[in-house]
Amino acid sequence: MNIAIEELLQKLAISVIDGKHLEAVELTKQLLALNHTPKEILDNGLLAGMNVVGQRFRDNIIFVPQVLISARAMKFSLAILEPLLADSNIPAIGTVIMGTVKGDIHDIGKNIVSMMLRGNGFKVVDIGIDASHEKFIDAVKKENAQIVGMSALLTTTMLYMKAVIEKLKGEKLPVKIMIGGAPVSKAFADQIGADAYGKNASEAVRLAREFVDQENNN
Amino acid sequence: MNNILSTLKSKKVLLCDGAMGTELQRRGLKVGDCPEEYNLSNSKMIQGIHKDYFDAGSDIVETNTFGANRLRLKFYDLKNRVEEINLAAVNNAMEVRPKDKFIAGSIGPLGELLEPLGNITENYAYDIFSEQAKILEEGGVDFILVETMMAIEEAVIAVKAVVENTFLPVAVSMTFELGKTGLKTPWGVDVQTAVTELTKAGTDIIGSNCGKGFDEMIQVIAEMRKLTTKPILAQSNAGIPELAGGNLYYKESPEIIASKVQELLTSGVNILGGCCGTTPLHIKKMREVLDLFLSNII
Repeated sequence: MNIAIEELLQKLAISVIDGKHLEAVELTKQLLALNHTPKEILDNGLLAGMNVVGQRFRDNIIFVPQVLISARAMKFSLAILEPLLADSNIPAIGTVIMGTVKGDIHDIGKNIVSMMLRGNGFKVVDIGIDASHEKFIDAVKKENAQIVGMSALLTTTMLYMKAVIEKLKGEKLPVKIMIGGAPVSKAFADQIGADAYGKNASEAVRLAREFVDQENNN
Repeated sequence: MNNILSTLKSKKVLLCDGAMGTELQRRGLKVGDCPEEYNLSNSKMIQGIHKDYFDAGSDIVETNTFGANRLRLKFYDLKNRVEEINLAAVNNAMEVRPKDKFIAGSIGPLGELLEPLGNITENYAYDIFSEQAKILEEGGVDFILVETMMAIEEAVIAVKAVVENTFLPVAVSMTFELGKTGLKTPWGVDVQTAVTELTKAGTDIIGSNCGKGFDEMIQVIAEMRKLTTKPILAQSNAGIPELAGGNLYYKESPEIIASKVQELLTSGVNILGGCCGTTPLHIKKMREVLDLFLSNII
């Protein structure tokens, strides 16, 4: 890789880390003009930046507002790359249905997880907030999804995840289920029969990859 | 009518109530139902919760109005019933209030992001908080409790809205978690910033609520006490919820919290209460510990 491109990729990663969306868009365009592939811009620019963001968030160096502005920068750049990525015929590595469960309107965390999954090559179907079990089941069937991701912020809505899991199992749909959200824990995930608990967005990506790998090995 | 602030001065520590949301769930709130709408359609259930807390020894109960602002009610197609719901909520508390006890008007976060992260302007946020505070005052609450705040900007706007639009005393509490860089809200606000900014905004009482449980709450209060002479409020969750027998279960039982309540009191709390997972039994236990503390037995 030539030095100019490497420098631009690094600048792109930094613009994501600093949450400078206009700069991210400019650098993305420059890299494309230099005939750099969308996939590499995504991996070595945007995702490299978001990985640093994720690490700093886990270490409590940065907090929700900084993650949101970084996510916004990535989203702007991704909007340019996505049509090109679709053209390049790279198949999605898996399909994930993402939603905030019924009664709950909080979607900050779910949106970040959705974006990180997309950035990492998954097809994500976001069914939004206040999602009923019917909505989850319909989406899984329609999209032939392998993974379901559920989010809840409230102690009054987290129990609904259990209802969704029971219904999904009742339908004998072969999906893996991962859950997350402020009041949710690994213990709770185990108790309601979820396959995994993701403490943050990068953890969710790792889990989704594992699910797909398991399926491919079977 | 006694003023909450002068009563705090003479009594030193008052006992607030425990959870409303998880208590409603325990009594049959269905997923997807609007908890604040129950003030109208299930007023007996709400009154029953308030009564159980007063019977358990609460000096203060909070109205069931955490999400009764225009923005959150819009989600349930109830945005035109802000006044009706808030007034009914105050009335439900008044119906069962014993003499000389207090009612706090609960105001929770907007549930949406402020500019530049989201679309809510500062002026719009101010108007929404002002509207709810004025209705709660009209209904007859003794003070406003702005709670579960995570962003300092939003907390400051809410406190100013109460101070500038009502004659009521105001309390404000933020939610802290212990991470690798100390106690901060999920928005990164530390205890020092919270105390400085909220004092500047004009709050009378400052505190912390929700969170991961009593142990972290004790640390928050100890840190806060070093930074302010104002009355401090603490309403902890009863730990992180798990599942038992198909229901949510909170590990920090009334028996477990007794010694932790004592620690909170020696750390300098002035209004003690509970958040998610605490029940009238937790409040009863707090009353026992508090009475011993106030009579200098412990």
